[in-house]
This record gives sequence, C-alpha cells and structure tokens, in this order.
Amino acid sequence: MTDFVQLWVYLASTPLFGLNATLVVYVLALAFYTRMGQAPWANPVLWSILALGTGLWATGTAYPTYFAGAQFIHFLLGPAVVALAWPLWERRAALRAHWARFTLAAVVGGAAAAGSAAGLAWALGLPAEVVLSLVPKSVTAPVAMGIADKIGGVPSLAAVFAVLTGLIGALSGKTLFALLGVGRDATGWMARGFALGTAAHGIGAARALQVHADAGAWAALALGLQAVLAALLIPLAMRWL
Amino acid sequence: MQVLQGLAILLTLQSAGEALARLLHLPYPGPVIGMVLLLGALRWPAVQQRVQAVASFLLGHLSLLFVPVGVGVVTQLGLLAEHGLRLLLVIAVSTWIGLAVTALVLRRLMKAWHD
Repeated sequence: MTDFVQLWVYLASTPLFGLNATLVVYVLALAFYTRMGQAPWANPVLWSILALGTGLWATGTAYPTYFAGAQFIHFLLGPAVVALAWPLWERRAALRAHWARFTLAAVVGGAAAAGSAAGLAWALGLPAEVVLSLVPKSVTAPVAMGIADKIGGVPSLAAVFAVLTGLIGALSGKTLFALLGVGRDATGWMARGFALGTAAHGIGAARALQVHADAGAWAALALGLQAVLAALLIPLAMRWL
Repeated sequence: MQVLQGLAILLTLQSAGEALARLLHLPYPGPVIGMVLLLGALRWPAVQQRVQAVASFLLGHLSLLFVPVGVGVVTQLGLLAEHGLRLLLVIAVSTWIGLAVTALVLRRLMKAWHD
C-alpha cells in the first residue's frame, strides 16, 4: 500500500500526469458525446472539466501541478489562433462580398455580449476586477486573457469566464435559435454558426462544426473576426468610458 | 511532413506577431497578429498546402485545447462560492443576448441583400 502511495505521489508530480489525464479524459468524454448522438448536454469540454476538476479535488492535487503537464495542450491555443486565418482564407470570396455585413454583425453582437455582461455584473454589485474580466468573455480564451490584462481585469478569471461562456453557448445555442426562429436553411446555418463563433468563441465553433459543416465554417470565420475586432475595439472602448 | 512544416509556419508567425506587438507597442495579442500575417501569406500556394493539414487538425480538435484553462475553475472556487449564482446569471444572460443579437442582425442583413 505504501508502495502504491509512493508511486502515486511520484506520478502525480511529473508533467506526464497532467498531459495524460487531460488526453484520456477528453477522449473518453468525446466518445460519450458521440454515443449520446452529440446531445448538447453531453458536451465533451464540460464533462472533461468536471471530471478533471473533481479528480484534482479528490486527490488533493494542486492546479499548478496538473497544469505543468496540461500546459502542452494549452500551448497549442496560440498556433490554433494563428490557424484561424485558414477558414477566413477559405471563405475569402464570401468575406469580400459581405465583409461589411459580417463586420457589422460581429461588432453589434460582440458589443451586445460584452456590454450586457459588464452592465449586468455592475448592476448586481460584482467587484470591479470581476466586471472588467467579464468584458472579453466572448473572445477565445488566449485573446481574452490578453485583453483582460490590458483593461485591468484578471487574466486567469477572464479565461475561466470565456470557457464558461463557450460552454453556455454550446449547450443552449440549439434551443435558443429554435426559439428565435432561426431556421435550418443556408442563411439560418450561416446565422447560427456565425453567432456561435461571435458570442461563444472556440467552444461554440467546435459545437457548430460538429452539427453542420457550413455552420462550422461560418463559426470559425466569426471566431477569427471576433478575435481581431475585440482585441482592437475593447481596449479602445474602455479608454473612452 | 506537411503537418510539421505547417506547424513551423504557424509558430514562426506567432513569434513574429509577438515580436511586432512588443516592438511597435501594438494593443493586440501576438497570435492575433500572427493570424493576420498568415492571412496575407496564404496567397502563396506553398504556404496554403503546408498550413491546410495542420490548421484542419488544430481547429478540428479546438475544444480539447480549452480543457486545461477550464479546469482552472478549481482555483476560483472561493470567488464562485461568493458570487457563483450572480456570475452564472451574468454569463448566461449575456451569452444569450450576444448569440441572439448576432444571429438576428446577420440574418436580417443577408435577407436584405438577397431581396
């Protein structure tokens, strides 16, 4: 038994543990999601976070110990943001024809999400640093952290808020769009995908991609556009306010 | 091989983005500048071929990349215990507003264009 405990203590302290645990749990969660017919509630990111978070808590493992290994996956967010140029390039004809419409929808939608988050948080009396960390929550996590840092928020809080935002978008998008009467025709899929990429960044885009190839492509386009627009406009807007 | 070359291109442009952000004091995160640089570089077929495979792989598994940061929620349990319900309300309502406004605005703009 003591041998086992010693072995666990050793394994849990090497970076291998965080990396291995993240990949295995995610692969299992993805298999479960597929098995459940990709039902929104079975979202693989949600269940991976719950399983890993519970695991860390139950074994008394500190987050930095876990992150020492998981950072190798986290690191890939940077090149993934650069890679967003690919879906933009693939849709360059549509982007050229409709750039003003896309930009307008992205700015109005992004401002509505950021403004309502800040306004509600302020009205509910949340602390200032929390309010400021909520502003970039619709933007993909690595960019949200950068923006939060610039406007006086807390980067690690902003990252958690961004992930929660993405999860809520992925979980409730289907129901919300049905309630709003956004259909399943070509324009409907464009509006659904684009909205998920704008308001629920990478996690919303991943959901869109799993549901419908076109919706996924519009979501990826919106995600890239939102990253550029938010990084430009949020710090500017905060300077004026 | 193309995946490796593609990854090398992505990382190089990310580094270039970080360098430009620091040197020119730009208010953008390095990866966002890297994305804009890549968008310009994709006009060359040599770059297109190399980037396609790695971009499809990374973006196809994008949701995995959010798991490590998401697990970081365990470091904010104190904050969540104190403000959890209000935070969840703010995040949920603002996400729904963002989704609804974006979808309805884009749909209206595209319908106006079709007519």
